[in-house]
Amino acid sequence: MRIGVLAVQGAFVEHERILTKLGAECVQLRKNSDLRQEFDGLVLPGGESTVQGKLLKELSMFEELREKIVQGLPVLATCAGLILLAETLEHSSECWFRTLPVTIRRNAYGRQLGSFSAQGRILGLPDQERLFPLEFIRAPYIAAIGKRLNNDKVQPIAQIAKMPDGSEGQNIVGVRYQNQIGLAFHPELTKDYRCHQLFLSLC
Amino acid sequence: MSTENRWELNKALAQMLKGGVIMDVTTPEQAKIAEDAGACAVMALERIPADIRAAGGVSRMSDPKMIKGIQEAVSIPVMAKCRIGHFAEAQILEAIEIDYIDESEVLSPADDVYHIDKTAFQVPFVCGAKDLGEALRRISEGASMIRTKGEPGTGDVVQAVRHMRIMNSEISRLVSLRKDQLFQAAKELMVSYELVKYVHENGKLPVVNFAAGGVATPADAALMMQLGAEGVFVGSGIFKSGNPSKRANAIVKAVANYKDAKLIAELSEDLGEAMVGINEQEIELLMAERGK
Repeated sequence: MRIGVLAVQGAFVEHERILTKLGAECVQLRKNSDLRQEFDGLVLPGGESTVQGKLLKELSMFEELREKIVQGLPVLATCAGLILLAETLEHSSECWFRTLPVTIRRNAYGRQLGSFSAQGRILGLPDQERLFPLEFIRAPYIAAIGKRLNNDKVQPIAQIAKMPDGSEGQNIVGVRYQNQIGLAFHPELTKDYRCHQLFLSLC
Repeated sequence: MSTENRWELNKALAQMLKGGVIMDVTTPEQAKIAEDAGACAVMALERIPADIRAAGGVSRMSDPKMIKGIQEAVSIPVMAKCRIGHFAEAQILEAIEIDYIDESEVLSPADDVYHIDKTAFQVPFVCGAKDLGEALRRISEGASMIRTKGEPGTGDVVQAVRHMRIMNSEISRLVSLRKDQLFQAAKELMVSYELVKYVHENGKLPVVNFAAGGVATPADAALMMQLGAEGVFVGSGIFKSGNPSKRANAIVKAVANYKDAKLIAELSEDLGEAMVGINEQEIELLMAERGK
């Protein structure tokens, strides 16, 4: 199995390391000609979404990758990757793929001082009752989830009790919609490979 | 939150900056230009290193109001510099919720013996290093990101190259040692056995390592990346050049595709005047010698 990993900026090596350990082959996507290789799944890693979004367009990968996602290519998107997939961003007119019907607030927990770690259950993982380590680094917040005309709903797969304003409440930090997995945290920074296993099972 | 956990979170932010370019900016307008050009973070400071060098005198932490203006202007992380050993300046930067503090040799050192105890802070620190010993000593003090010192404000990449090569060869040497030689290596490097053991086993620093100091062109950035830098700081090189926006964008793309000479050739066309630069032999003040 071959996975295309967006490699224009961010923590893509961390994803590759895990995917390789799980037996997948990775190809780095840095420019348009890299898209000529065949791949069965796509990883959009953590990093800075503004940089990645800009380079996706300027290095001529945006349209083709978007088309692949729309056609059903499985995607694992973490943090900045989730922002790239989102249909709407709060306080911003700029959006990228818009293939995942969610509304995202960027840097929802504030600056680096607001970064935190937690644990949670993630639906659909192997051994799903076992808690998964969740790392939130200047993380985005899934403010709302929508649905499309075909009635295929966005499924929340991970929640935590901490809201951006510090109050109690169920905060969605991971979703699944058709072929797309969008996570506000960073499974690539942990030694728990189950999110990547779930992703590979879709590819 | 435990110190250990905080360090992990802070180290992780540096991982997210990898493959990116961090640019020195002095105004909110410059910060916006940098963000629009593709910077993954900005370094807010009153004067860029070339001007600090030209002006002479004591160089200090920037006005918090100016830093806040930059924080409001952009959504990417904002870093700022404090003087080596000046933990009160660092406390101020933490109080305004800076994303990363650079305990930097570019400013005048406030303490000629001690660096800041960075484990006492919640915010992350990046520190300069010109060899493996310096890097590991900064990490043991709590730094969660390392950069080469290079020679800031010169537009001359030679020292960043030297520091990166020294670091790489010292890492290779540690990897090649027998386990029973590591204790002596730790003594020589003046660092803990645990850190030496980590490098021996992993063949790399336990934190992200960027290039900094003298990077002025897309080719400079590609050179540093091919030498093993995980990202690049560009200081005076951008806003001291003829067309900052274009040059900044070209350097960002060169870092993303640092092995693609054909693309970098295109990126290097028509960038306008590069910063003038000072050669190594003409430098009167060696900032890299500050803080070992």
